[in-house]
Amino acid sequence: MWEYTDKVREHFLDPKNAGTIENADAVGEVGSLSCGDALRLFLKIDEDGRIEDAKFQTFGCASAIASSSILTEMIKGMTIEEAENVSNKEIAEALGGLPKEKMHCSVMGQEALEDAIRKYRGLDAAPAPEGEIVCKCFGVTDLQIKRAVLENNLTTLDEVTNFTKAGGGCEECHGRIQEIITEVRTGKIAEPASVQEKPAKLTNLKRFQLVTKTIEEEIRPSLHKDGGDIELIDIEGTEVIVSLRGSCVGCPSSGHTLKGFVERRLKETVEEAITVREA
Amino acid sequence: MNSVYLDNNATTMVAPEVREAMLPLLGEEYGNPSSMHGLGGRSGLYLSQAREKVAAGLGCDPDEIIFTSCGTESDNTSIFSALESQPEKRHIITTRVEHPAVLNVAKHYERKGYAVTYLGVDSKGHFDLEQYRAAIRPDTALVSVMYANNESGVISPIEEMVDIAKEHNVLFHTDAVQAVGKIPIDLKKLPVDYLALSGHKIHAPKGVGVMFLRRNTPFRPFMLGGHQESGRRGGTENLSGIVGLGTAMELAVKHIEEENTRVRALRDRLGKGLMSAIPDSIINGDTEQRLPNTLSIAFKFIEGEAMLLMLDQFGICASSGSACTSGSLEPSHVLRAMGVPFTYAHGSLRFSLSVYNTDADIDIVLKELPPVISRLRQMSPFRRGDEGLDWADSHAH
Repeated sequence: MWEYTDKVREHFLDPKNAGTIENADAVGEVGSLSCGDALRLFLKIDEDGRIEDAKFQTFGCASAIASSSILTEMIKGMTIEEAENVSNKEIAEALGGLPKEKMHCSVMGQEALEDAIRKYRGLDAAPAPEGEIVCKCFGVTDLQIKRAVLENNLTTLDEVTNFTKAGGGCEECHGRIQEIITEVRTGKIAEPASVQEKPAKLTNLKRFQLVTKTIEEEIRPSLHKDGGDIELIDIEGTEVIVSLRGSCVGCPSSGHTLKGFVERRLKETVEEAITVREA
Repeated sequence: MNSVYLDNNATTMVAPEVREAMLPLLGEEYGNPSSMHGLGGRSGLYLSQAREKVAAGLGCDPDEIIFTSCGTESDNTSIFSALESQPEKRHIITTRVEHPAVLNVAKHYERKGYAVTYLGVDSKGHFDLEQYRAAIRPDTALVSVMYANNESGVISPIEEMVDIAKEHNVLFHTDAVQAVGKIPIDLKKLPVDYLALSGHKIHAPKGVGVMFLRRNTPFRPFMLGGHQESGRRGGTENLSGIVGLGTAMELAVKHIEEENTRVRALRDRLGKGLMSAIPDSIINGDTEQRLPNTLSIAFKFIEGEAMLLMLDQFGICASSGSACTSGSLEPSHVLRAMGVPFTYAHGSLRFSLSVYNTDADIDIVLKELPPVISRLRQMSPFRRGDEGLDWADSHAH
């Protein structure tokens, strides 16, 4: 039996907000019968763009039901702008954690919310997932895998399967998934711009958080592989000041590392206006 | 809260008589059967008595019994023996519905360059015997077919399949882990070359199994060590487990009629009761040619793990063929091989009974399960009419 937290059990056995909303302002849908889990999320949104009510219908396991339940609790009272920043990690954390094999249930919550918001903004149909279909069993594309790897700092095939389901069927795609992980982790292929939407305007605090997160979770681990390192010195407006360490110091390619890798990655994950210079 | 234990195809409780028989081995009778002194000699006697009991239960000779650690070891050793002793033959026939103890060995040899034919099943879980016959080749080294399926309970036509293999002089192995103790097996009449059984499925403890090896059948030891088991399986014997298994085999033979009458009646009452109380439910596999204790039943539009956890609140222990219980993401390979639609496969439950179950157990399930199904269906986004192609199938996930 899976080891579930008390919070997961509570939300599974006594789910909050199960049901439908008549005349909902947005309905997000994700999953399918064949995949083994599906979530339909109903939102009632007031004139100020604040979520008044949220309800769900879920086909799935205890984690899927608990993730749906806690998600509806989390987003009630949020503005749409606040809700669109709710991540699968926050859903899982609000449950006190999920077994690693069940993280895709939290991802399903995030995706249903994104779908609902997209529709609220007048985009009726969810766009077909872009990119190359890597996992044919579950219809997962390379872009979806890259996004999961980047957003959740995944490093292994098992982790990718836990978060996206990719590779959980016939296993024929395992080699390709491993290639994608390596590409993303070594920075050889950066996340396509279409994968992650960046906030339109950033506060200084939010910019600092995003820069720090990207450097700590992506850039430094990549540089570590080659014996190098980087330290964040300061952020002035959109200028990020860093200091290279380890084998990056004196490396003939350090200029390219700063502009071609660090700056490009921060532009993609934080904001286009970011520039990077060495202290 | 007392448990209603209906997961006996997963494991069984140790029978009181078995526990009792094992106690001396966990106390004063701690000798090593290989030792040349009185204490060891007494242990050796326990060992040979257990061997005789198991052989009697299977209708074979004691020297055709090799004690192992589990059914998996027995399956592995049998396949290993058959293949390693005939290196010129590079083809295996097995089925899509085998236990991983066989399937994964077949895949292992496939990776080593062997050709493997995986026989499919129809919606009732039956093999096509003509297809099987046609699959046999001059270089077929082994046929491995389970005696009865652990999930659906469907019994294979082993007699016919062995006959066909023998016509072509091909070795035959059967994983009989689920069949032993539930249906009569007489190895004097059934000429399989190798057979595997597991103690903990018949009320013996975990960690003990048997490999039946017909006399004069090719054998290669999987475990190399001392002279134990006539040099066929090195390692000091799990004597308490083996003694427990001997007693469990005696009990299994004694209870075989009860399995096929009272237990079967309980199982059928459960199946009929659930089918009539819960719409959109189906029984997976053949309802006649199956083990008397097994009911695999599926409920549309809900998922198995959620059912199991809700049933657990009432002390009801069952199993599921759904993906989420196994850590895998796809529902049971057995249900998929039978073509059970996804709409049902994810919502499958397996109830497996034993002689220790009572009418009261069935009453509890019949009372508690229908509301659980109803509650989960209330929560599900799918309803009647959502027969497969629906809103969600257009969404990749």
